Amino acid sequence: MEQIILFAPLVGAIIAGFGWRVIGDTGAQWITTGLLFLAAILSWIVFLGLGDETQYIHILDWVQSGTLDTAWAIRLDRLTAIMLIVVNSVSALVHLYSMGYMAHDENFREDESYRPRFFAYLSLFTFAMLMLVTADNLVQMFFGWEGVGLASYLLIGFYFRKPSANAASIKAFVVNRVGDFGFALGIFALYFLVDSVKFDDIFAAAPKLAETQLTFLWTEWNAANLIAVLLFIGAMGKSAQLFLHTWLPDAMEGPTPVSALIHAATMVTAGVFLVCRMSPLMEYAPEAKQMIVFLGASTAFFAATVGLVQNDIKRVIAYSTCSQLGYMFVAAGVGVYSVAMFHLFTHAFFKAMLFLGAGSVIHGMHHEQDMRNYGGLRKKLPMTFWAMLIGTLAITGVGIPLTTIGFAGFLSKDAVIESAYAGTQGGYAFWMLVVAALFTSFYSWRLMFLTFWGKPRGDKHTHEHAHESPAVMLVPLGVLALGAIFAGMIWYNSFFGKTDQVAKFFGVPYHAEAHHGDDHAKDEGHSDDGHADDAHADEAHGDEAHADASHAKEGKKDAKPHYVLAGNPGDGAIFAAESNDIINEAHYVPKWVKVSPFIAMILGFVTAFWFYILNPSMPVKLAESQRPLYLFLLNKWYFDEIYDFLIIRPAKFLGHFFWKKGDGTVIDGSINGVAMGIIPFFTRLAGRAQSGYIFTYAFAMVIGIAVLVTWMTFTGGGAE
Amino acid sequence: MDNLLSITTFIPAIAALILAVFLRGDDEAANRNAKWVALIATSLTFLVSIFILAGFNPDDTGFQFVEERDWLLGLKYKMGVDGISVLFVMLTTFMMPLTIAASWGVTSRVKEYMIAFLLLETLMLGVFMALDLVLFYLFFEAGLIPMFLIIGIWGGAARIYASFKFFLYTFLGSVLMLVAMVAMFAEAGTTDIPTLMNHTFDSDSFSVLGIYVVGGMQTLMFLAFFASFAVKMPMWPVHTWLPDAHVQAPTAGSVVLAAILLKMGGYGFLRFSLPMFPVGAEVLTPLVLWMSAIAIVYTSLVALAQEDMKKLIAYSSVAHMGYVTMGIFAANQQGIDGAIFQMLSHGFISGALFLCVGVIYDRMHTREIDAYGGLVNRMPAYALIFMFFTMANVGLPGTSGFVGEFLTLVGIFQVNTWVALVATSGVILSAAYALWLYRRVVLGDLIKESLKTIQDMHMRERVIFAPLVAMTLLLGVCPWLITDIIGPSVAALIDNYDGALAAAEAASQTADASH
Repeated sequence: MEQIILFAPLVGAIIAGFGWRVIGDTGAQWITTGLLFLAAILSWIVFLGLGDETQYIHILDWVQSGTLDTAWAIRLDRLTAIMLIVVNSVSALVHLYSMGYMAHDENFREDESYRPRFFAYLSLFTFAMLMLVTADNLVQMFFGWEGVGLASYLLIGFYFRKPSANAASIKAFVVNRVGDFGFALGIFALYFLVDSVKFDDIFAAAPKLAETQLTFLWTEWNAANLIAVLLFIGAMGKSAQLFLHTWLPDAMEGPTPVSALIHAATMVTAGVFLVCRMSPLMEYAPEAKQMIVFLGASTAFFAATVGLVQNDIKRVIAYSTCSQLGYMFVAAGVGVYSVAMFHLFTHAFFKAMLFLGAGSVIHGMHHEQDMRNYGGLRKKLPMTFWAMLIGTLAITGVGIPLTTIGFAGFLSKDAVIESAYAGTQGGYAFWMLVVAALFTSFYSWRLMFLTFWGKPRGDKHTHEHAHESPAVMLVPLGVLALGAIFAGMIWYNSFFGKTDQVAKFFGVPYHAEAHHGDDHAKDEGHSDDGHADDAHADEAHGDEAHADASHAKEGKKDAKPHYVLAGNPGDGAIFAAESNDIINEAHYVPKWVKVSPFIAMILGFVTAFWFYILNPSMPVKLAESQRPLYLFLLNKWYFDEIYDFLIIRPAKFLGHFFWKKGDGTVIDGSINGVAMGIIPFFTRLAGRAQSGYIFTYAFAMVIGIAVLVTWMTFTGGGAE
Repeated sequence: MDNLLSITTFIPAIAALILAVFLRGDDEAANRNAKWVALIATSLTFLVSIFILAGFNPDDTGFQFVEERDWLLGLKYKMGVDGISVLFVMLTTFMMPLTIAASWGVTSRVKEYMIAFLLLETLMLGVFMALDLVLFYLFFEAGLIPMFLIIGIWGGAARIYASFKFFLYTFLGSVLMLVAMVAMFAEAGTTDIPTLMNHTFDSDSFSVLGIYVVGGMQTLMFLAFFASFAVKMPMWPVHTWLPDAHVQAPTAGSVVLAAILLKMGGYGFLRFSLPMFPVGAEVLTPLVLWMSAIAIVYTSLVALAQEDMKKLIAYSSVAHMGYVTMGIFAANQQGIDGAIFQMLSHGFISGALFLCVGVIYDRMHTREIDAYGGLVNRMPAYALIFMFFTMANVGLPGTSGFVGEFLTLVGIFQVNTWVALVATSGVILSAAYALWLYRRVVLGDLIKESLKTIQDMHMRERVIFAPLVAMTLLLGVCPWLITDIIGPSVAALIDNYDGALAAAEAASQTADASH
């Protein structure tokens, strides 16, 4: 079954890509979409029926060299299963949606058959993404990693006649390669130290890595930290974190379904997945984790500020994605991997829906993307409006504070913020995320108000012909809306419930432990060894009795048994070190912390309401009075300009310089100086001997060689 | 069959002889016959060579199919293959029929053209099989002549300059190698390569002309061989003959040059430099590694600035060869496995890329990148093939281009992390120049008047690309097909290398102790 999930999209891609002349446009669409739905259904079956044990399925050997042993294989645990349903569900819905969205496209001529290509690329992407998430070693993961990069490149550049799309596709691929550069170095370092690239071997070696020093470049580093940072650089590229984020907004050049699938729900979350997958290593790399938290929080803040002022509807959502990915990294960085996955999971639903909703608006508005030309579309696009509204409620985090009732984003985002508070003792990351939550609310409502409220702006003709999208586009919106509403509430306990519930969900061993103050009552020997033994003894795989027993032993102070994640690195899908109990502490943060994202959300909403409904002239005035700040944000903190100045121009200059000066003047100059002094001499000589004909030289060469060999033979003979 | 290697080697030469002696006239029919003879001969060579591969036992790390005969002047004719050379033989026989097929449009001096290619094949096969120093040198040097003629006669406008540059660079390198060979013979008293591989050349340091030479004779011999192989590879900074040669060579010439001739340098390092002069190799390893790393970054940057398609791909070839030398001198299993893999894979990929240029050159007669744009509009099949090989060239996992790069980098990381860092940055630059080339040639709207009637690839062209696509994918998905064959021989090579170094170390310590 797992093989079918994995290869169905590939089969679809091949059939659609190469067989479309035979089966036709429609056939290609239905086959790819059908296979994707099959994969999605099977994924849900796998997800719901998943046991505790990690499963391994070997498919074929891959790169084998000495002790380097990699294979095409499937590793199936909870992390994989979560990604399977996310990827396949969203992909299947996006396939379906694309049948409507891509039905007519002005970028192509009447007789051009572009749809099979589009669907083939979508399916190819899905296959690569599945290879990434099912990998049981880092090299296969790297295959998927680069494979999704390829698909992303192809789809961003899908409108191959548009220069902007071509530029954006190259930018995406190259910036991702910068990340891959770090990722690859991380793999090399791991192989060097662990002698394996398989996850299980790496996990088992993680504690040792924490005590190993690795000489890298000019100095020695702690191996675990260094490797974790290198891998995280890969994650930064793929997940568009600060400094490597510049490709994501430009990637919006691709068709909107692509933005929903690749640049919101799945591919860009691969970095988060990588960090969670490598949790056993991350747990032994405290400095690397701090860096992840810092960069994640900074990205969340930075992207949200830029999102405030963008006018292109897709760019707003793109920056929002960038910002939300920052949230996920913060959760992973503080060591609450389940919450990172939780936000990844819910985000996939509501963000895919926001994008598809935006696509529906763009479709209805004849490919107009500037929100300044929208307005009052509530009536014309009622279904789309409701879907977008649900998406907005989800992303801004609407729910009932201090309960677990709310939209998906409410539960997962609050979980992230609480974890951030517990993990950083209310530090930088926590405040950045709260402020980002305020901004998120503002720009999301700004988008809603500009698009659906107010009076129609822009081209009258376009507004008159604005129309609701067909059913194939609305059905996916509806399904995703269900996810955006309920996904958080249904799976809250699994991702962010009591520690034992989370442990069971992720197949991680856990054991009961005395609550903080009571530690001493329980253990006499507090040495590391003693503690580890203890952990082993009390290990339970969802064994309640065991837990109760130790609870009874431990006394009265704490009414409820307190559980902590246990086991060795590599047991189960995620790992938390002995000292890492943040997932539990996150539940005991002060009330004001729990309410803070809600207040931020309300503030953002009120401001947006004031700016865009009550007093629509306000934003313009503000932009004028704060012009430098406005331009700073509008131009995305000038990252593109800075990179162009610091990297792209010097690279081009160096290329030209090396070519003309290095190769030309220095190398050829000196060699030609010698050679050109000799050649005319020989030419004259040869010219005198026969003619200036080229065969002469060849002939001379043969003679020359013969003479040399003869000489050699004779002198050699003499020596003997 | 005892003389399978000789049969394989000389089928093309015999065909060339037949053409030279029996084919008369310069009319349509004669030209067609010449092409068919060449195609059949090269295909037959490939079929026969399959028997070599089928009969090859990877676990035997010695030489197999060995033939040994007396030859003129007391020299030996000795041929054989081991795990390191057998796949280069296969690469050669595989590529040659495709090369001939790609030359179907040649109109001038067709007979001579085919003779040149057939002779070239014999000489290249000889290089990879020869087990005698003199024999190797003959094949190695004589290979220059047909290539020199191919560029000089069938090349582009500046062919004379390019062919001389090619000739002078490679020949001057070889002269030094010849001197070293004489010295080797003087010391070891034999020209038998397997014997020489087990011979320990003197490695005591000494001073010559006031320069203290660490590693003594071995270092000097290493340098002499290095001069020849480094030019052949080509390594930075002696690479500048390659872009000129590629630009001026006819398409098929470029294919052979990139796919096979460049590999002689890498093969030479593995056959001579590492096993015969281990001490010298070790002394100079840092130099070679840095030359490789610089080559990767330098030529990738230069590729970014190119305006000529062939030049761009030529510079990309130099960068890819940088991974090869880096992997070889990492001198560990992954490094050398990767280097051999990279050479084979680069044979298919760069060959295919030059064929891609040839396809549109045949139509438009220009290699100027600016003369193109928007080809995808009229040439979808071409766009697909070109995309595939562009991605293979940038080392996308799943294609063979990835495996070589990856393994060599894994290998080098264990030796020198600085070099690894610099070399790994090549993956960013290669993506930049390759995709930028693709964009300027293939993507965009078709605006240029001259391109509005351009035709997509026809059947012959598609048939030529099919095996290359198949190999690139197959080796990308199942690279163990290669590493299983080369692995044991590479392991033996490394054992000997490390053993020789340890022995030399021990010897010098005893020498120090006795002083």
